Amino acid sequence: MKRMTFFILVLLSICLPVQTVRAETETLIIGYLEYEDDPRYEESYTDDRFPAQPWGRPTDGIEAALKDTRFAAMAAGVQFKLERRSVAAAEELLPALNELHAAGAHFFLLDLPGKMVVEVASKTRGMPVLLFNLSALDDDLRQEHCQPHLMHLAPSRTMLTDAVSQFLVFKKWRDLLVLKGTQPEDAAYYKAFLRSAKRFGIKPLEVKDFVLGRDPRQRSKNNVALLTAGVDYEVLYVIDSHGEFARDVPYQDQKPRAVVGAAGLVADWWHWAWERNGAPQVNKRFFKTAKRPMTGYDWSGWIAIKVIAETLIRSESKDFPSLAAYIRGEDLALDGSKGYQLNFRSWNNQLRQPIFLTTPNWVVAQAPLDGFLHPTNNLDTLGFDDRESACKF
Amino acid sequence: MKHLTICLTFCLCLSISQAVFAKGSGYVFVSSEKDDVVSVFKSDTLELVKKIPTNERPRTLRFNSDRSKIFVACGDGDAIDIIDVARLEVIKSVDVGEDPDRFDVSPDDKYIYAANEDDGLLTIFDLKQDKKIAEIPVGEEPEGTLAHPDNKTVFVASEVANMIHVIDVPSRELLHNIVVGLRPRRMALTPDQGFLWVTNEMGGTVTIIDAKSYKVVDEIKFQPKGFRPEDVTPVGIIMTKDGTRAYVTLGHANHVAVVDVAKRSIDKYVLVGKRAWGITLSADEKTLYVVNGKSDDLSAIDTESLKVKRSVPAGRVPHEVLADD
Repeated sequence: MKRMTFFILVLLSICLPVQTVRAETETLIIGYLEYEDDPRYEESYTDDRFPAQPWGRPTDGIEAALKDTRFAAMAAGVQFKLERRSVAAAEELLPALNELHAAGAHFFLLDLPGKMVVEVASKTRGMPVLLFNLSALDDDLRQEHCQPHLMHLAPSRTMLTDAVSQFLVFKKWRDLLVLKGTQPEDAAYYKAFLRSAKRFGIKPLEVKDFVLGRDPRQRSKNNVALLTAGVDYEVLYVIDSHGEFARDVPYQDQKPRAVVGAAGLVADWWHWAWERNGAPQVNKRFFKTAKRPMTGYDWSGWIAIKVIAETLIRSESKDFPSLAAYIRGEDLALDGSKGYQLNFRSWNNQLRQPIFLTTPNWVVAQAPLDGFLHPTNNLDTLGFDDRESACKF
Repeated sequence: MKHLTICLTFCLCLSISQAVFAKGSGYVFVSSEKDDVVSVFKSDTLELVKKIPTNERPRTLRFNSDRSKIFVACGDGDAIDIIDVARLEVIKSVDVGEDPDRFDVSPDDKYIYAANEDDGLLTIFDLKQDKKIAEIPVGEEPEGTLAHPDNKTVFVASEVANMIHVIDVPSRELLHNIVVGLRPRRMALTPDQGFLWVTNEMGGTVTIIDAKSYKVVDEIKFQPKGFRPEDVTPVGIIMTKDGTRAYVTLGHANHVAVVDVAKRSIDKYVLVGKRAWGITLSADEKTLYVVNGKSDDLSAIDTESLKVKRSVPAGRVPHEVLADD
């Protein structure tokens, strides 16, 4: 009995501080949709720890943010509940979303390949839901396939290539040799590179296709030394959306030159080595539970919850239309632990954010770099600006 | 025996006289994060007198009430070191939990209230019993910690929750959560105890809270010319004893803002070093000391002319400054 009393006392003492300020709380369901067979999250791939690629599902970032935002949620009288649904095929997405929506969910976090994001976003247009794209970098999602209820937390591919271009211009390294992959994703990456190079006045000396493998008949395309011979370049730019080829490029090339793109200096939207803006604390908390360093994909999950929590404590009303309007509006100001106040671009729902230029264990620079200015917001020097936007809501 | 009595009486007189006249040691103390030392400077000439070795990553500095001791939070050393001001050395280290950053000493010198940044806790440490007596969960990355002169209330800023938590010490209860600006860092209470001023690093503002009703009543936005809004990161704050003026360091905007407290308006921006962070006033309030984390120096500013009188090197990443002149 004595033990029991003690136990209750301990329990009470744990609960008390929280209880004194807690009013009525209501549950806010956040839906999370993922594709079971997403190749980006195959263990053999995530274990290789490619730069700017996922090292695990963004759910680890979401878990960290649910803990980080508990006081904000409490102040708003809300308790978050994450409902995770894993689908085996694109057809299952809509039923899963509808089921959660019927249970009261309005916010959905999408951890899906670009094509599936297009699918679910186009089919939910007009519904009272807000979708957060966590992991698809595809430019077309911000351009022709944009949707008014689809918010992008991950940067677009173009934001990443713009960051690299700014760095090259900043260093006055303009003579590029480009090695590019031949997969469809590489074509999109290359398109982003071309736009970005043109925008910042960089002209590649030469562009060569690479293929993965050791077939001697294809050695002019799979051998880095041969690929890089005979061109007097300053920088080797590797366009590889996967990363397997790129990781073998530095030090195998002909000349002692910098490598950028998918290896060497890589643009990323988070890095475990960032030392400013409270990032070390975020990284430490993440590592404690996830047992691995935090990546941009994890940051997307983390910031998604912060968007909702921040909106709940700042928005006048708690009904879904007001919350959605606040998120899309000018007043939103998020602290993403990487400097700058973050909010969404009104013309394509892309989250404005700085981009890091990273090596495996350091952040070399942060874009926008010094001297890259924009009339309204310097973050808009990265990605599709209002006047180049092809998005029509 | 007689000898001892005399000696004791003498000692007693000495300590009393120190307390009554509050005549300081004439030193300025600066913690430097990456050198693991507290540097001691002569307050008039800013000449370096000594470097006191501490545990790893010393940051926040606080005096006890008679200024005979300095408490130093050493984040990577997981300890608060206690410096004897007369001897200029660390005499003790206390364990207040992992990664202590900001903390405050209770007005009666009995307790340390320490924010544990990594664990989202406020630890109450009893200095007499020499042990932790309570841990109160607060929002993630608790930062600024301020003990109310009423000896009962503690304010804790949570950088991540964007809130000030109001904690009742006797009951250990969290009484209020006050939503402020983005990334709240440090606080100052007006001398009449009417208002709590909070610096918001990411928001680029100071939030003013009514310290009785705990309602936010005003906000001051800092916009020194020629700086991008993202570089305006207010952190350090100090108010004059008469409550007329506040000084706020603006971090990456490299300036100190001089604020008229009654009007809640900015009188002037004073250029100091890079990443102006810790700030304090001399006893006569004629000199303002600021440490600059990215130019590794200490600036002394004349508070009448509002001009920098002198800047001296202050170790790698100086974090906080205390004056005992």
